[in-house]
Amino acid sequence: MLSIQNIAKSFDSLQVLDNLSFDVKDGEFVAIVGPSGSGKSTLFQLIGGVSSIDQGAILLNGEDIQQKRGTIGYMPQQPCLLPWRTVIENVTIVEELQQKPNFERAKGWLEKVGLASFMQVYPNELSGGMQQRVSFIRAIVSDKPILCLDEPFSALDEFTRLEMQAWLLSIWEEYRKSILFVTHSIEEALFLADRILVLSKRPATVKKEIIVPFERPRKEEIRHSATFTALKQQLFKYLQEEKGDMYVD
Amino acid sequence: MKRALQKGRTIIFIAFLLFIWELVVHIADVPPWLLPAPSIILVEGLQSYQTFLPHALATVQLALLGLAIGVGCGLSMAIVLHRFTFIRELFYPILIMSQNIPILVLAPLLIIWFGFGLLPKLIIICLVCFFPIVIAAMDGFRQTAPELKHYFEMIGATKAQTFWKLEWPHAYPAIFSGVKIAATYSVMGAVIAEWLGAKKGIGVYMTLAQSSFRTDRVFVAIFAIVLLSLLLFSSIRLIEKFTVKGRGYAQHSKHR
Repeated sequence: MLSIQNIAKSFDSLQVLDNLSFDVKDGEFVAIVGPSGSGKSTLFQLIGGVSSIDQGAILLNGEDIQQKRGTIGYMPQQPCLLPWRTVIENVTIVEELQQKPNFERAKGWLEKVGLASFMQVYPNELSGGMQQRVSFIRAIVSDKPILCLDEPFSALDEFTRLEMQAWLLSIWEEYRKSILFVTHSIEEALFLADRILVLSKRPATVKKEIIVPFERPRKEEIRHSATFTALKQQLFKYLQEEKGDMYVD
Repeated sequence: MKRALQKGRTIIFIAFLLFIWELVVHIADVPPWLLPAPSIILVEGLQSYQTFLPHALATVQLALLGLAIGVGCGLSMAIVLHRFTFIRELFYPILIMSQNIPILVLAPLLIIWFGFGLLPKLIIICLVCFFPIVIAAMDGFRQTAPELKHYFEMIGATKAQTFWKLEWPHAYPAIFSGVKIAATYSVMGAVIAEWLGAKKGIGVYMTLAQSSFRTDRVFVAIFAIVLLSLLLFSSIRLIEKFTVKGRGYAQHSKHR
């Protein structure tokens, strides 16, 4: 599936990533947590092909996708919906760039997740949470082998965030496409992911890997289990160690 | 409701100003060739309605044609300057500098080069309209949200796709602001062009009135120009309403 192999990246004299390697298997949900400024967004820019890597390789299904754009499904931090397009027109934009959009499939997805009645609505009439739902469906409808989610819920309020996590989980557990999920919320990562990668501070590399043992489909209750708390503390400790001078920048 | 009230207030205020004018002219006994009272202008306007109308129509035609060409040229220029950094760096300063040349100075030159036909007139109007459109459109393109541009990069949009699907529609409200300003300028541009020689038009009517000391007629022409500009402005606002508003744009156009 997606394979990141020993990549390094620096901007001018600042080395952001160094010798970073990991894999995302087919149908796996991998979360990446790391101290702020540890190059999580840079990683996505490299996978997305927006900037070039200095060393190493990025393979998607065995194919080198270095500097190749449009090979991944992407959901940014802000919803990034085009205000002059209706929900259905927004959802099909990625396809529109490459071929004729398949409105039927897009409609099917919107119906499935309960957004059918908003199909012809403009984004400014939707709440922040709703906009993020549309944004996620847009990433799914783009029909790429892997979805990259860049802190998708960090701009939402706590209550909406919990709601969105459960929503995402319910869809994903049915849909099971590979997801690479960057977050700075430990709980979010534990609740959603199969595997969590902890990044070190700059230059970032994979510091620790944690397999999340909860079975799927997951229930809200796991948040209160002893394992959850223990893992949370462990992850917190790792991040504390990496904090160091990170807040100076 | 509030808007209607505001508009009503504006109209009452203008009426009040006209009343003061009328009063001053009567009290100070100003001769009509120096400053005619609004009532005299109104009467003249109503009387010479028949002769004035063809002139006004000619001007409207000229202004609209010039505006259309100006909008076309302005948008093309804005697109080229926005998309090709090299050309922008070369031409943008020249464009700004060119705006310091008064159009009235340029007009005789254009007559020398292109004669008295339609072409020099259209060039004048085009020059007047073009600048606000270029600036407004370029601002609109440039102000596209960076996170949207980044998103377009991530989903693999080409430069052309990013422009036509993101920056271009994003600039609609800005472009309309520019066109609204250009529209009011276009009538003025047309009148200036007609001063330099034409058979028909408000500009011609004005020159004739001026040389025969018919100050009342000069004022008729002035009011006609104001009215036509307002009319053009409102029609563009109407077009804007149908194409932009209600399509979820953030209301970033402040010019009403």
